[in-house]
Amino acid sequence: MKRREFLTVPVKGLGGVLIYSLAGEAIRVQAQDGVVRVPLRFFNEAEARTVQAACARIFPADDSGPGATEANVIVYIDHQLAGPWGADKHRYTKGPWVESMPEHGYQGKENPREIYRAGVAKLGGDFASLALAAQDERLRAIEKTLFFQLLRTHTIEGMFSDPLHGGNAGLIGWQLIGYPGPLMSYRDEIDKYHGMPFEAKPRSLEQVVGRKVVGWEDEKE
Amino acid sequence: MQRLKPVDVVIVGGGFTGLLMAKEITARTSRSVVVLERGPARTNGQYSAGMDELDYAVRLRMMQNLADETLTHRHSAKASAVPVRQYGSFQPGTGTGGAGEHWGALSYRFGPDVFRLESDLREKHPGSKILENVTAQDWGVTYDELELNYYRAERMMGVSGKAGNLRGQKVEGGNVFEGPRSQEFPLPPHKTSYVADRFRTTARDSGYHPYPVPSATLSQTYKNPDGITRAGCQYCGYCTRFGCMIGAKAQPTNLLLPLVEHKKTFALRAGCQVRRVLHRDGMAEGVTYTDSAGNEFEQPARVVILSSWTLNNVRLLLLSKLGEPYDPATAKGTLGRNLTHQVSGNVRFFLNEYLNTFMGAGGLGFAIDDFDGNNAFDPAAGLLRGGQLRMQASGEGPLAAFGHIPPGETKAVWGSEWKKAALKWHDKSSQISFEGGHFPYRQNYMDLDPTYTDKFGDPLIRLTLDWTDHERAQTDMAIRVGSEIARRMGAKVGASRGVGARYSVTYYQSTHIQGGTIMGASPERSVVNPCSQHWKTPNLWITGGSTFPQSASGNPTLTMLAMTYRAADAMIDRYFKHPGALA
Ligand SMILES: Cc1cc2nc3c(=O)[nH]c(=O)nc-3n(C[C@H](O)[C@H](O)[C@H](O)COP(=O)(O)OP(=O)(O)OC[C@H]3O[C@@H](n4cnc5c(N)ncnc54)[C@H](O)[C@@H]3O)c2cc1C
Ligand code: SF4
Repeated sequence: MKRREFLTVPVKGLGGVLIYSLAGEAIRVQAQDGVVRVPLRFFNEAEARTVQAACARIFPADDSGPGATEANVIVYIDHQLAGPWGADKHRYTKGPWVESMPEHGYQGKENPREIYRAGVAKLGGDFASLALAAQDERLRAIEKTLFFQLLRTHTIEGMFSDPLHGGNAGLIGWQLIGYPGPLMSYRDEIDKYHGMPFEAKPRSLEQVVGRKVVGWEDEKE
Repeated sequence: MQRLKPVDVVIVGGGFTGLLMAKEITARTSRSVVVLERGPARTNGQYSAGMDELDYAVRLRMMQNLADETLTHRHSAKASAVPVRQYGSFQPGTGTGGAGEHWGALSYRFGPDVFRLESDLREKHPGSKILENVTAQDWGVTYDELELNYYRAERMMGVSGKAGNLRGQKVEGGNVFEGPRSQEFPLPPHKTSYVADRFRTTARDSGYHPYPVPSATLSQTYKNPDGITRAGCQYCGYCTRFGCMIGAKAQPTNLLLPLVEHKKTFALRAGCQVRRVLHRDGMAEGVTYTDSAGNEFEQPARVVILSSWTLNNVRLLLLSKLGEPYDPATAKGTLGRNLTHQVSGNVRFFLNEYLNTFMGAGGLGFAIDDFDGNNAFDPAAGLLRGGQLRMQASGEGPLAAFGHIPPGETKAVWGSEWKKAALKWHDKSSQISFEGGHFPYRQNYMDLDPTYTDKFGDPLIRLTLDWTDHERAQTDMAIRVGSEIARRMGAKVGASRGVGARYSVTYYQSTHIQGGTIMGASPERSVVNPCSQHWKTPNLWITGGSTFPQSASGNPTLTMLAMTYRAADAMIDRYFKHPGALA
């Protein structure tokens, strides 16, 4: 078995969300100096740092609010890649592999895990330690690649999907956009909140239904 | 291969039309019915466990697993096809209830002219060049003949809406362009969301005729004629691509399964993929299938009903060598012809106000038919028939809603500047959408792919399908009218999308794929007769969109259910009494 890898993340970002290992065991994370060590399922620590830094450039913390690092987007991506989706368990992967026109979508053989491994390597092992402007330059150089498109999509998903998937820690993402969470009923609101914001403290799916919800990535096949 | 005890009826597919057939047969006769469903077993009420946007609306957890089986696509018979490796322009369902579990529940009737489209086009546009390769057909059954079955399906599901044509009387506030209804909708329309309301008032002030989209999500608590009671919709927004947590949305598991599952004459076997229809001397003898453990079975049956949705209805017949495959070069052969999708487009717009687009229900919204069907006729634009423009409030989760930014705001697609703009405009945008009827063409059809196979090694279905100038004219019109309405709403118009230069499988359009085993008045040009019975194999029946000779602008499921009722009546009242060809 491979050595268990950890990533250190700010404890604020964790927002009290439990972290589960690939085997599904709840890991009791110890807070030291406002940081915790999160077990990684797919990335090694160096890769996770690179991806984390790249996501932080895509969705930065700035004067408009917190960003990808604070929302634990990296944990979301790590879980997705470790799960069945990362291994293309739901994509048609029989050959022959041929290239086609854009209207036929991605026809490549590489699965998301492989695309990430290669993409992260291309960003360079020093990526996380570069100055921000230099990081942006490297990202601009790969802007048109499938890897970057995945990274951008996953950053948004990690910001705004339910925290059961590991991102959107402390419901930071939903607070940013004023999304109340899966509240189950707007029967009394839908014809009243016309043109004005619906301000409710966001709640996660688990908080709404009152029990643990297992994401697809955690489901035993 | 294990040979099982014969049954009276075997139904391939436990989706909407398959379970409706099973329910009618077991309720009205003592015949034994076995439903074979390839996907997982689902039960009524299982959706309260909790579903989230990522798993269900993005990763499409309820849909067919493409790793096991997909389809291939090419634009013309000259090209070679490639597999659709990830979803896609449509999303086939799987498991008990089929796509009927995670549909949007928009429940339209087709207009009377759709049922006699060939005649209608010939009368209105004799010699039109646009129609050169159009293979539209009359169904052999008229709107008037189907009307009571439409009403039956509406009552079964509890469709909410407002009639615009009651026995020939136009009624303001309903769809005045629809065919005559014998009765008002079973339930009144839904509450109105903000965007839908803005669209409605603007469309009305522009002289159009907005009406509430008919929807099989209940506007209030409802008990249907089968005795099933369901709660009213909560506008939770987790509707299309989800099962309804409270059962307000019409779904086979809450409407049909509870009526059949305890019957001694009924059995549903989940995880069982039907591979072939067995037949000899013009009669079906049963089917073969493989269960989830890989065991192979032969299930003999007196009657075989194919209810496995468009693609597999056609594919199973091709794999079973039952019928003459269509050849586009000679236009001979009936199996696989008249493949249609639906013509869709949209116009995004921005209002500097909070729209709360996360509130909504699958079918919630307003629409206009002022540019539908013949209303859109515009010879200068090369346009014979149009479609519906709609403002839907289906409920948008944050992943779908995030990142829409009006033109001119920023060029960035990531980084601080982009983030600021996306946050500023979040929940201030929506879209006017368009759905138009797709003409069938000589060149668009289905056959078996020569190269790619499913997990069993059986050939995949191959779609040869592309748009023509007529579909482009349809969406050009939609974008023009939609943009005008959006501007009059006071909105800034953003990106719009028409069908484009070539058919694309990369973005969702609608799960409305029709044709391949089409219905018609003659065996030379159709596979089933107007009762849904196979012309040449009288104990083989087919339900669902594969029997539609062409698509309509409205969503198809209500028509499938009405046709299924009609088929059930023909089978039960006539065929079971005197087995043989009915037409
Ligand atoms: C996201 C989405 C939104 C939609 N919204 C609307 C809407 O708003 N309005 C509307 O009118 N329609 C809508 N539809 C379409 C609607 O769901 C279908 O028209 C309807 O479910 C078709 O009924 P059916 O019985 O033909 O097929 P289904 O309900 O899909 O059932 C077919 C069943 O057959 C099974 N099957 C297939 N092959 C085999 C095999 N070889 N062996 C055994 N079983 C097999 C499948 O697993 C499936 O369960 C929507 C569909 C989707 C996916
Ligand atoms: S919007 Fe209504 S019908 Fe749809 S899932 Fe929610 S409660 Fe059910």
